[in-house]
Amino acid sequence: MPVSLYRIDDRLIHGQVVVGWGQPLDLGFIVLVDDVVAESEWEQELYRLGVPPSMEVYFVSTADAAREIARYTADRRTGMILTGSVETMLTLARTAVRPVTAVNVGGIHHREDRTQKLRYVFLNEVEEQELREMANLGVVVTAQDVPSATAHSLEALLRGCST
Amino acid sequence: MDPDVAPRAIVAGHGAFPAGLVSAVEQITGRGNALVPFSNAGLGREDIESGIRELIAMHAVEVIFTDLPGGSATLAARRVQRDTPGIVVVTGIGLASLIDFVFCASDMSAAEAAEHAADKGRAAIVAVVA
Repeated sequence: MPVSLYRIDDRLIHGQVVVGWGQPLDLGFIVLVDDVVAESEWEQELYRLGVPPSMEVYFVSTADAAREIARYTADRRTGMILTGSVETMLTLARTAVRPVTAVNVGGIHHREDRTQKLRYVFLNEVEEQELREMANLGVVVTAQDVPSATAHSLEALLRGCST
Repeated sequence: MDPDVAPRAIVAGHGAFPAGLVSAVEQITGRGNALVPFSNAGLGREDIESGIRELIAMHAVEVIFTDLPGGSATLAARRVQRDTPGIVVVTGIGLASLIDFVFCASDMSAAEAAEHAADKGRAAIVAVVA
């Protein structure tokens, strides 16, 4: 079973990821790609709190994820690759030994330098450019917070929608 | 709202759930002022954490109730707890816990009242099978 979802979500592991996507996809594992969390046992323990025993979590750095992605895609269980930033996902798309074909923008929240695009997506100019670059690499980028919601194309996302 | 009731805890969680719970506590007990609702809606990790920190500083409370054990509000509450002495986090809460908490004796410590509320909440969950 290939990795089912490459998701950008600045809350990392939380209810939407574990329950909203985890249950319908029957996720067997999550690869949390974050250089800070990969170095902190305390943060890792915190994120494990919200994950059921049946779901495994790998905490890896961006460099390790790019190297190990073939191992995750070869896993027989359904998996999710999760990053907290557009930049990290773009790095994966550029450097992973297996191509990243589709990316789900699931949640990038308000910050001073960002403009609202969707209820759950705010982007600054750099992030917009990074998403465009991802698309130029052949990655299909869509925005969708939960499975039952509408998936917005990159064009619609950058234009800004009301929902 | 009873103006003589001071805030004793924050209720943090998803969407309108915190405000709904506090509203229900007020409707049943008239002591909704004891609880300060905080929603994570539209907020990133840092803003959830800083929002909870601000409310703790503003109201000098020591208890944070949250809705979902692995939810973003709970994770933020745990981060606050890590560097704020005396904070108690109670997760997985419902109305029974909060009602118990707002009636806890004022001479109870925050930790005692929180544990009592958690016990009450656990005991209140019953599957009624016809």
